[in-house]
Parts: sequence; structure tokens; C-alpha cells
Amino acid sequence: METKSKVSYYRVNKNRYAKNGMMVLTILACSLIVLIVVGLTIRSAPILFSRPLSELLFSTEWKPFKGQFGFAPFIVGTFAVTGVAVVIAVPLCLLTAIYLSEYASSRVTRFVNPFIDVLSGIPSIIFGVWGILLVVPFISKYIAPLFNVSSNGYTVLAGGLVLSIMIFPIIINVLLEVFKTVPNEMKDASLSLGATKWQTVKKVLLKRALPGVIAAFVLGLSRAFGETMAVLMVTGNVSKLPKSLMDPTYTLPSLIANNYGEMLSIPMYDSALLLASLILLMIILFFNIISRIILVKIERNYQ
Amino acid sequence: MSDNNFKTHISVQNLNVHYGKNHILKNINIDIPDKKLTAIIGPSGCGKTTLLKSFNRLLDTSQSPMVTGKVVVNGENIFDPKVEITHLRKKMGLLSQRPYPLPMSIYDNVAYGPKIHGLRGKKNIDEIVEHYLRKASLWEEVKDRLHTPAVRLSIGQQQRLCMARGLAVEPDIILGDEPTSALDPHSTQSIEAMFNSLKENYTIIVVTHILRQARRIADYIMFMYMGELIEHGPAEQILDDPKEKMTKEYIQGIIS
Repeated sequence: METKSKVSYYRVNKNRYAKNGMMVLTILACSLIVLIVVGLTIRSAPILFSRPLSELLFSTEWKPFKGQFGFAPFIVGTFAVTGVAVVIAVPLCLLTAIYLSEYASSRVTRFVNPFIDVLSGIPSIIFGVWGILLVVPFISKYIAPLFNVSSNGYTVLAGGLVLSIMIFPIIINVLLEVFKTVPNEMKDASLSLGATKWQTVKKVLLKRALPGVIAAFVLGLSRAFGETMAVLMVTGNVSKLPKSLMDPTYTLPSLIANNYGEMLSIPMYDSALLLASLILLMIILFFNIISRIILVKIERNYQ
Repeated sequence: MSDNNFKTHISVQNLNVHYGKNHILKNINIDIPDKKLTAIIGPSGCGKTTLLKSFNRLLDTSQSPMVTGKVVVNGENIFDPKVEITHLRKKMGLLSQRPYPLPMSIYDNVAYGPKIHGLRGKKNIDEIVEHYLRKASLWEEVKDRLHTPAVRLSIGQQQRLCMARGLAVEPDIILGDEPTSALDPHSTQSIEAMFNSLKENYTIIVVTHILRQARRIADYIMFMYMGELIEHGPAEQILDDPKEKMTKEYIQGIIS
């Protein structure tokens, strides 16, 4: 009897240790985000206290040597490139995912899925090189003349195009998972009323999957905001407000990657770059929170 | 083989269905009587549901099955690739094992069918929604919350809503795939009562594994076993005086 109870204590204790250990690890992982925000805030405090926030966010003058740090060109550049990427990616991803999940035969999906997986595994530097070799010259030779502007091709549009292809696989894969959660019987119910597949997709599949579809695009959006290497290589990196898709631009991640570790003797420069990181992080957090709110609202209406 | 006293508009001829290596339906031949309630009975896995789904070609949506033979509905073979399947499905309402309301309001669920077939005008649609919700004896319970999501209804109410939704496209045929298996006794009763009142105007085919239910609602019974149609005939004859040994054993509960 005694040995028996000892053994069972051993099991119970093991369970307790495992539970506590895993809890500590979870807390550690979650506190990272807090640590990062605190760290970035402390390091960017010097510049935050020396200048009004409105000047930092809205001024377009970026002249570190003169002590002028206006982040507007970078913020606008980041939104512009990401915006173009999402505008291109949304319809393409949605239609691709609908085709693969609803129309394509299993033979086609088995053939196509590896391609999407490979696409998602390609390092961003390769997308950057591909952008320089193909997209940039294509824009300078064919697209820019269409709008009667001369451009060397290093533009917002180039960044957006390259970026859209980079976020393609992640969005498609999430969409496919989301579509799988819609029960076949629900689609059958629509079909049995004489609806066509397309009507069923529009009115049942997309409607039911809407929260997941939004989540997929926010995931792509977050990825796009932070993408550095490929964008840095094709956008020209000029710290001026872009006026059209054919202008060069400079994004926040590119700014940080290009300059951190150099020229840090300039007063406030180090602090300014860390503020750039903080702004980027805040933008991504903001979009995540907004998407959560939308998801909760939608789910309340239909679940 | 067929009983000539009945008029028929669903006729199954030499129907075979394979899923990969599995031979699910074996050489089925039957004329389904018009304006009657036909129950398909048999142990689980005998192909009842597959047979039912082959009537409105919903087989297509799962892994591509191999189908030979014919299902003729109103003179058209529905497995003919030239047949416009959406028109055919419009003639058949479907009640599935569990109710699957569409992800929209109660009102929109009933209006869905008529709308996709081109009905316009709020007044027309309002009328249709009320008419069919009444027919499914759901109107009194939901008339004050027509625009709330259908998923908030109880499961019995959801199944009646699915009935209203199916009737709203004005089918001639109603297919039920064990439509009461997820319901409580009270809801089951109201669905059965609905079937009994609808069978004057509709041809109804219901898959069931509950013999007592078949006795309560069926005019005509098909008994299936292992993908084969063993015996079919008027309900009393099958239940009280089956000709085949296997049918007798199933009804006595020896095989299940």
C-alpha cells in the first residue's frame, strides 16, 4: 500500500512541476513583447523629450546632421508600400484560395500546394534580387512610360509588387485553413436549394469565414509592414514624401536596417532609429488590436 | 419489380456508385411512388444516405465517386453531364441529419432560395418568408426576431427553419437524411407531423434507422443491406409481412 501511494505522489508531483514549468515559459514568452516595448521606449526617450511628438511624426524634414528628425516620409512610405502590396494580394489570394478549396480537383491541389509552400520558404533576399532584376526594369521600361513619367524603376510600386508576392503564400495557406472550417453540410444546404457554386461561395463560404479571412489579411499586413530586405532593395530609399506610385520611397524597416550601427556619432541619431522601431511596432500592434475588435464584432453577429 | 399502381417521377435504373475501391450502391432499381412518403431503412453503412444523395447529385461534392446507371427525375437522367444541376436541385428540398442554418438571419435563411432564383421585391419576399415559416410551424415562435442570427434558435427550431428554407424554393420532392436523429422527442414529433401533412402535395423520401418512425410516417418502404436494395413495397407489407428473410431478420432485430 505504502509503495503504491508513493508512486502516485510521484506522478502527481511530476504533473505539478510540468504545469508550473510550462507556465513560467509561457509568461516569459508573453513578457518579451513588454520588455521590447519598454526597452525601445527607454532608448528613444531622449529624442521624444527633446522635440514635440507632432514634429517627429508629421515633419518631412529628415536631416540628422542639422538635428532635424521628421519621420513622416518613412511612415507614409511604409503605409504606401504595404498598402500597394495588400491591394494587389487581397483579390489574388482570395480567388486562388477559393479556387483551390472549392473548385479544383484533389489532383490539382496536390500539385499546386508544394509550389505555394516553396514560395513561402524563399528567403527575402532572393525576392529582392528578383525585384531588381525583373520588376525594377519592367517598371522603368514599360509601366512608367504609360503614365508619362521617367523613373529608374526603384519605386513604391516595385516595393508593393515584390511585397505582395512575398505575403501571397502565408495568406493563401491561412485562407485554406479557414475555408476548411466551414462544414460541407452547410455548403450542401446551399447547393441543395439550387444555388450555384459561385453563389454558395459568395453568400455562405465567405460570409461564414469572414472573421478568418480578415485575420488572414491582418497576418499578411503585419508581415508586410515589417518586411525589410526585399523592400530596401527595390524602393530607392529616398527620404522624401512619395507623391505617386512612381516615386521612390523609404520605409521604416529599411531606415533602421540601413543606418543602425553607422553614423551613431551624430547626436540623437541612435535614439531616432530606435524611435523608428517603436513606431513600427506600434503600427503593427494597432492593426492587430483593430482586427481583434472587428473579429469579436463579427462573431457576435453570426455565431 | 415496380408496383404499377403508383405514378412515379423518380426512377432509379441500374445505379452503381463506387468510392475508390468501395462499391457503395449495387445495381439499384426502383421507381419511387409519387406523392407518397417513402422510407429507406437498413443498418448503418448500408448505403441509404448515398442513395438519397444521388437523387440530387450531392455526391459530387465529396471525393469524386464513380457512378453508372441512371436516376431519372421527371424524364431527365440527372447524371447526364448536360443536365443543369442547379435547376434539378431546386425541385428537391433537403433536410440533413443535423440542421445547418446558413450563416445569416432567420429571415434571410428562408429568403435565400427564392432570392438566388431571382425573386425581387421586399413585399414578395416578406410574404414568402411568412408563408413558409407558418408552414413549418415556426412563425409564431420567431416572428418577433426574424432578423436575429438563425444559429441562436434551438436545434429543433433550426430543423424546422431548414424545412421552411427548403420548401421556399417550391420543390416537388423532399429528401430527408435521418432528419430527426439530432432532435428531442418533441421536435421529432413536430417534424413527423409536418411530413404527414406534406405528403399530399410532395413526394417525400426519408432515410431512417428507426423502425417505429418508419411505421409512423411511411407509405412505402425500401429495405437496404450492404449496398443492395433487398426489398421494397407498401409499408404495412414490408413491416408486417416481409417476403425476404433478411428483411424479416432486420425487422425482428436479429441483424442490425
